[in-house]
Amino acid sequence: MAFGDQYSKWRVDQEHVASACGLSGVISQDGHRIGGDVIIESMTVLHDRGNGLGGGFAGYGIYPEMKDLYAMHIMFEDASGKAACEELLSEEMEITLGEELPTKPIPRITDVPLLWRYFGQPRKEMLEASGMTADDFMVALVMRINTVVPGTFVFSSGKNMGVFKAVGFAEDVGEFFRVSEYEGHTWIGHGRFPTNTPGWWGGAHPFNILDWAVVHNGEISSYGTNKRYLEMFGYTCTLLTDTEVMAYLFDLLIRKHELPMEVACKVMAAPFWKDIDKMKEVPRDLYRSLRMTYSSALVNGPFAVLVGHQRGLVGLNDRIKLRPLVAATKDDRLYVSSEESAIRQVCPKPDTVWAPRGGEPVIGVLRGDA
Amino acid sequence: MMPASLVPSEFLVEVDQDKCRRCKRCVLNCGFGAFTFTDRSVPDSSKCVACHRCVMFCPESAITIKENPLTFRQHAMWDVDKRKAIWKQAEHSGMILTGMGNDLPYLSVFDHILIDACQVTNPSIDPLREPMELRTYLGRKPDRIEVEPDGKGGFKADNVVTNNIELDLPIMFSGMSYGSVSLNVHKSLAMAAKKLGTVMNTGEGGLHKELYDYADSIIVQCASGRFGVHSEYLNKGVAVEIKIGQGAKPGIGGHLPGEKIGREVSSTRMIPVGTDALSPAPHHDIYSIEDLRQLIYALKEATGYKPISVKIATVHNVAAIASGIARAGADIIYLDGFRGGTGASPQIVRDHVGIPMEIALAVVDQQLRKEGIRNWVSIIAAGGIRSSADVAKAIALGADAVGIGTAALMALGCRLCQKCYTGNCSWGIATQRPELTGRLDPEWGAERLVNLVESWKLELKEVLGALGVNSIESLRGNRERLRTLGLDSTTSEIIDVRPAGS
Repeated sequence: MAFGDQYSKWRVDQEHVASACGLSGVISQDGHRIGGDVIIESMTVLHDRGNGLGGGFAGYGIYPEMKDLYAMHIMFEDASGKAACEELLSEEMEITLGEELPTKPIPRITDVPLLWRYFGQPRKEMLEASGMTADDFMVALVMRINTVVPGTFVFSSGKNMGVFKAVGFAEDVGEFFRVSEYEGHTWIGHGRFPTNTPGWWGGAHPFNILDWAVVHNGEISSYGTNKRYLEMFGYTCTLLTDTEVMAYLFDLLIRKHELPMEVACKVMAAPFWKDIDKMKEVPRDLYRSLRMTYSSALVNGPFAVLVGHQRGLVGLNDRIKLRPLVAATKDDRLYVSSEESAIRQVCPKPDTVWAPRGGEPVIGVLRGDA
Repeated sequence: MMPASLVPSEFLVEVDQDKCRRCKRCVLNCGFGAFTFTDRSVPDSSKCVACHRCVMFCPESAITIKENPLTFRQHAMWDVDKRKAIWKQAEHSGMILTGMGNDLPYLSVFDHILIDACQVTNPSIDPLREPMELRTYLGRKPDRIEVEPDGKGGFKADNVVTNNIELDLPIMFSGMSYGSVSLNVHKSLAMAAKKLGTVMNTGEGGLHKELYDYADSIIVQCASGRFGVHSEYLNKGVAVEIKIGQGAKPGIGGHLPGEKIGREVSSTRMIPVGTDALSPAPHHDIYSIEDLRQLIYALKEATGYKPISVKIATVHNVAAIASGIARAGADIIYLDGFRGGTGASPQIVRDHVGIPMEIALAVVDQQLRKEGIRNWVSIIAAGGIRSSADVAKAIALGADAVGIGTAALMALGCRLCQKCYTGNCSWGIATQRPELTGRLDPEWGAERLVNLVESWKLELKEVLGALGVNSIESLRGNRERLRTLGLDSTTSEIIDVRPAGS
């Protein structure tokens, strides 16, 4: 059952939610720390690409003192959901710290749910009993909380990273969550323009599972195909958003199927058969095998997506580039955004600027031990 | 004295004697002998099957065929067809035979499904300006691809996927046996399949040696009668299909009357001239799923591990059966719905046994996904595909490709008169009479088949573009893009398609 079905205030529409959007991301590939104010400022330029119905950020490397623990950001509709969720959490996990997420009330952010964060890891005995890896255990736990605990939604569950999102314009959401007080090596931001109005905080981007955070501009015309494919592997699409499907696909292809990032991108934005046919034998065999095997993971329809993860940042367009995406570099920094202006706002003189071709991923990698 | 028959004729044939120029074309063209010539053309309506051959070939458009307007006393329970069946069986004793597919007005699920399109939030794609991919691979795929660096900065696949059939579009020709149809039909299908980049299926009557050159465009079938099955035959195709059942006659074997078994059919099928070719109802070496597994692997061994397809009629428990077939090692499951055609079947079975392909397809796809084995097999849906809209809907419900049989025969001239079992087909399709088979020129037939399928291909691309996707795989199983209209809610739930407006 979809989250909030029985809770009218947080109702999610049965139809999956289409949206157009603005997005921006930056990574310091040498691991230098970048303040949250940079991503907020970049997103401010993209104000008109959103309509105030959703904004958010994800930062990586923001919890260095807790870097080995899963950081869960959870929103509760009310205290009863919080109590039920905390009971479940304490059964399944060893929680080192649970505290309210720091916020700054501002008039433009309203209907604020209870916002808490918990740092911890799966209880050893529960993990052993489950026979799963810690990551799989956490995915299952998040899915369980989001589908069965009333009025509760885990919106961030990775290590040393955090998602901050709400109904509102991106820059207001940033101010509300005091994002500028955090520092990280990678940031992504998003301002949303949904074409219907779910008016629900959980529906804002980034969407997150484990370390994957995804911001997305587009509508996935292949949603049903992708969703039913993911269901075969135990992913439950609770939000009915395109973005959720993107996040799960990255998780499946890279974490579970161990595809290199570049190859996973070529699954989701696959080369055309006519181009595969022209390749030399080794890549032709590879890409033909990929398309045959992962035909249901091809993401079709217009999209530009930014994916943050522990080791980097990836920008990707659909294979015929139906949504804007621009990239730029400056020293060790890689910027990717919906618009060049949003990059130049925070980096007036980039070394290079280019528009990546459809289906050609832009990959920023955190080097060495940074 | 009693009249010869108490069954009134179905049609009335009228010849406008003012227009008729006495050319005798009608007499020559009718395979059923419905015309004689005295000083003029005289029709015998009782023999007419409404196949229109005479009408199409009359140079003066002088022939009219009407339904017999004979009025019966109305009775809601005893409709006229039921009365006629009683009279026929009282006269002749025996099962009533028929041809083609179930013609009763059961609910058509396809006709209660509508397709989505893009507006504003996502752009539709113009197939005239953008690539639009229909390529389809049939066969087993692994669950994942193992990727490694190739040592030159790129990547390579450790488990390259092989043993799949490559089709240029997700439409193939269904199995129709040489014997039930003429050699010229097989030639037309093979030539068209080659040109279209797809495949034809031999059906259960073997493959005439003249078609061995088309091996790359052929799936050879192995049915319970084993007609024409030998090792050379098994290797004259891109895949082998084990025919367990047929949509038109689930639970019974093929019936080919001895009248259709002349010298060529006899030598291709490896049976004596003039004997009835009656396939056993079950395969006598398959009494359960583990036996099927043995045959699947025997055929793989015999063919160097070509894909093996298993064709079943869609019966009530089809989802569990399909799961068993996938686990038995099949690479393709061919679902033949209860509307599927036949050259000959007892009417009782054709009209009352089996379930609609649309429903079977939906539940089979769902069951295989539930078990996480959908990648193991490709699903072909057949038995009631009438248009490119049906193709699109079948693929959205979960099919990898569809098979067309009746539609293909119609491209060759068939009018659905349902008399295939008589061997008198005036169009030279379902007959072995040389004076009739010669009427179908394979070049002409192939061209019409190519025209039909190319038309559907254009239409499919248009639908994909409207849906905002540029590859058939993004429609596959995408039930989100379908809605039902006027379909009862239970069936909507079973096929997992939401009603329009939701």
